[in-house]
Amino acid sequence: MVLIGVLLIIIGFLFRINSAVVVTVSALVTGMIAGIPVKDIITQFGEAFTTNRYMSILIVTLPVIGLLEKNGLQQQAASIVSKIKAVTVGRVLTMYLLIREIGAALGLNSLGGHPQTVRPLVAPMAEGAAEAKYGELPEKERQEIRAHAAAADNIGLFFGEDIFVAVGAILLMNGFFEQNHIQADPIAMALWGIPTAAFAFIVHAIRLRRMDKKMDRRLGGQKKPLG
Amino acid sequence: MIFSVEMIYVLMGIIVLGCSLYIFADPSNSRRFTTGSFYLIYSVTLMFGKLIPPFYTGLLAIAMVVIIASGGLKKSVHVENSLQDREERRKKLGGKLFIPAILIPILTLLGAKLLAGVKIGGKLLLDPSNVTMVALGLACIIAILAAMWMTRGTPAAAVKESRRLLESIGWAVLLPQLLATLGTIYTNAGVGKVVSKGVTAIIPAGSLFWIVVIFCIGMALFTMIMGNAFAAFPVMAAGIAIPFLINQFDANPNHIAAISMFAGYCGTLMTPMAANFNIVPAALLDLKDKNHVIKVQVPTALAVLLFNIILMYVLVSLDV
Repeated sequence: MVLIGVLLIIIGFLFRINSAVVVTVSALVTGMIAGIPVKDIITQFGEAFTTNRYMSILIVTLPVIGLLEKNGLQQQAASIVSKIKAVTVGRVLTMYLLIREIGAALGLNSLGGHPQTVRPLVAPMAEGAAEAKYGELPEKERQEIRAHAAAADNIGLFFGEDIFVAVGAILLMNGFFEQNHIQADPIAMALWGIPTAAFAFIVHAIRLRRMDKKMDRRLGGQKKPLG
Repeated sequence: MIFSVEMIYVLMGIIVLGCSLYIFADPSNSRRFTTGSFYLIYSVTLMFGKLIPPFYTGLLAIAMVVIIASGGLKKSVHVENSLQDREERRKKLGGKLFIPAILIPILTLLGAKLLAGVKIGGKLLLDPSNVTMVALGLACIIAILAAMWMTRGTPAAAVKESRRLLESIGWAVLLPQLLATLGTIYTNAGVGKVVSKGVTAIIPAGSLFWIVVIFCIGMALFTMIMGNAFAAFPVMAAGIAIPFLINQFDANPNHIAAISMFAGYCGTLMTPMAANFNIVPAALLDLKDKNHVIKVQVPTALAVLLFNIILMYVLVSLDV
């Protein structure tokens, strides 16, 4: 019966109902079906909402990024890269993927992030690289490049961070095994993440190379002047 | 301690409060009262979360969701300064513009590594419960000051620019917090136990290969539904990894842990429920298709998921 809440999430997702609404309704309905009094459900809801405030930490970075953007941060990043001729979109993003993954593996998760790094730096750098090579970009390619910039950040972060011992995921799993009287070692857990981390980097780097070739085919040839 | 996590939450609340005041005062937004209220309530939960009784915080959070559901959250129209104006400002500062942005990660790192455990006058300088968060908050304060000084920007300008970015993120700013909340309610309602029972019933008990396949794909699928691999692990580990892989096939728990979390992350790359990673950036980067980031990530995620299945199967059967 309590699975109705999970079902609600799937239905809400399929019908493209606003996710924030779906999640809240699912939480309330699940609690009610499980027989938790409504007042307790709302109390648990508030408690968890407060505990998880750290998930919204990106708000503190907004004034910095906002002020810098107002003063042309994105244009500056793009202008630097557009001067380097050898750089391609794929190579810019592969370099960022590598930096992001190694950084996360060293516990430096804050070296990247979408509001902090991707929007002000990586996306304009990648777009700049493409503009230097192909001239003015069609909207479709511009969107594709931006999506790839965000993806490089996620992939680098996810497959890098579990190699760091003190990360939440490793601590969570170690704690879970301990509760179930199974002996585990956080350092070994972290080290056994390396094969997958290396594989993820290689696969994604190959895909970025292929994206470069695809753009060459679609946009290559004569360089159009920047508008 | 001298700097606590709560101070960082208060700072976040002040930024959001400033945004809400600007929205209230903006007649160009036809829903400025509901939109402003949304951010006002949010700032109250951020600033006073520790002081407000949880029941009332719960009501406030639900009130915010009601505003979203009723279409009361409307983005204002922002007049951006012209490209020419930005170009002129850019030429003045040039590469120095990067300094405040780069200050954030560098100072966070230095602060978290060097200042952790440092005491001044017998008091801990940084909140030991979450050193990284406090270091990040302090780094941002220094970066905000540096950015204001460099660009001759006023605090008002900083809040105005924050408002522009915050409104471009919109309701998605709330989603990570709501999802983590959902996980807590699910656990209290016993959803995990029911799922693991169901999963146990369909597993062909003798086949190591199929158990590994179902475990890894289950981690990914459950993560896609919940938007969070953390929530999937306890369910899948209790349902499959411990009874079958570890107890029956004597698998090394360290291998299982490392690979299962990555299998979950493959799911994170493919779901709109992981809003912070997949939907917020689409909004931040002005992508027309909110699922564009996910579409780009799917091939890599599937390839890595397949690799995880093979790696886990090989490691367990070789008994390394």
